[in-house]
Amino acid sequence: MIDLTSVNIEVFSLILFLGAVLAGMLGALTGLGGGVVVIPLLTLGFGVDMRYAVGAALVTSIATSSGAAAAYIKERITNVRIGMFLEMATTVGAVIGALVAMYMPTNVIAIFFGIVLVFSAAMSMRKKNQTPDYSLPGDKLGIVMKLNGSYPTSNGIVSYNVHRVFGGFSLMTLAGVISGILGIGSGALKVLAMDTMMKIPFKVSTTTSNFMVGVTAAASAVVYLQRGYIDPGLAFPIVVGVLIGAFFGSKILMNAKVKTLRLIFSVVVTVLALQMIYNGILGKL
Amino acid sequence: MGHNDKKQANNIFSIEFWRQREMDLYVGKLLRYGVFTACFITVLGGIIYVFQSHGMPDYKPVSGHHDQFEGVVPYLRELNTIIPALLRFDGAAIIQLGVVVLIATPIIRVAFSAIVFLIERDYLYVAVTLIVLAVILLNMIFGLH
Repeated sequence: MIDLTSVNIEVFSLILFLGAVLAGMLGALTGLGGGVVVIPLLTLGFGVDMRYAVGAALVTSIATSSGAAAAYIKERITNVRIGMFLEMATTVGAVIGALVAMYMPTNVIAIFFGIVLVFSAAMSMRKKNQTPDYSLPGDKLGIVMKLNGSYPTSNGIVSYNVHRVFGGFSLMTLAGVISGILGIGSGALKVLAMDTMMKIPFKVSTTTSNFMVGVTAAASAVVYLQRGYIDPGLAFPIVVGVLIGAFFGSKILMNAKVKTLRLIFSVVVTVLALQMIYNGILGKL
Repeated sequence: MGHNDKKQANNIFSIEFWRQREMDLYVGKLLRYGVFTACFITVLGGIIYVFQSHGMPDYKPVSGHHDQFEGVVPYLRELNTIIPALLRFDGAAIIQLGVVVLIATPIIRVAFSAIVFLIERDYLYVAVTLIVLAVILLNMIFGLH
């Protein structure tokens, strides 16, 4: 751990800026928020209070979401209907989670959820060799809710149909509950619900997750600002760094192979899961 | 939709005018303006903040008292105290304004999507979007205490 009194503010801001560029880039590529890089950098690297770190992570999530979305104005990979439909599940879930958190030991949940994530990441990797046929007829609820869509790939526009909408919606509610309890980690479950359960193409899943993460984080950010969790000295290198990182991350995403993206996703989710288990055992959450 | 219409609608207050335009692009542009504005304000505030600073702030937890948390100076927590500080060229307050713009961007985007769905006559999604917006706003209001 670096002693905060031994660094000057310029060096500290620069290190934070570089970490934020990385966080934004990884966030844009994987559809995860921004806690994975920023929280350990601040708490383990500089010994910053967890509450400042959580506030900074929330700012990271919003900046990643908006920075990434601003990069593809014309590309239309994000499915706004899927995002809005599932956002109903996550927002309601988050409220339930916040209530549940008052009566349950959060560290036990963190350890349990961490283990689930490691398995999910491994499962996601196993899928890499099969290319699913996205044009298979989807389920009725998907048609009623107009969730089926299309997105641009290097081989032209690809149409996809959405499967197991009810299952996906339920998993999204769970994602909301867990993020309400732990404050982090909902991006991972969102991507997994869309990719694995609803059989939505991976790039659509990650970009749509990014969109949703930004909306959810913005709602909580107001409360965090009022509680004094968002510090300007931490916020400015992070906002600028993350926006730059996310912008370039999404440019990379458009041309990247899905196989590579899955690999990055699995590695980042595993790191996230280990962090959760570690913090859970130490009772920090 | 609008491509088959021979006559171009010129009245910007008519729904036809907006239906002929690619609304997704407007949402994208709005998002981009929001992001650039937030970034510009934050960079400006950051430079002033570094010049005004007196050494490293203390971000460490109070040792032995994990439940104690002072947090940010109170005037940097609410918009109505941030704004007067802007006039004093307070770097920290300028950064917070940038953060507020950043927070507002996705929320305005959701509100804008509701309008887009309305123009597309997709009333199902007007309802879905308004539900999401309502939950967000309720979360903000009830999160106050």
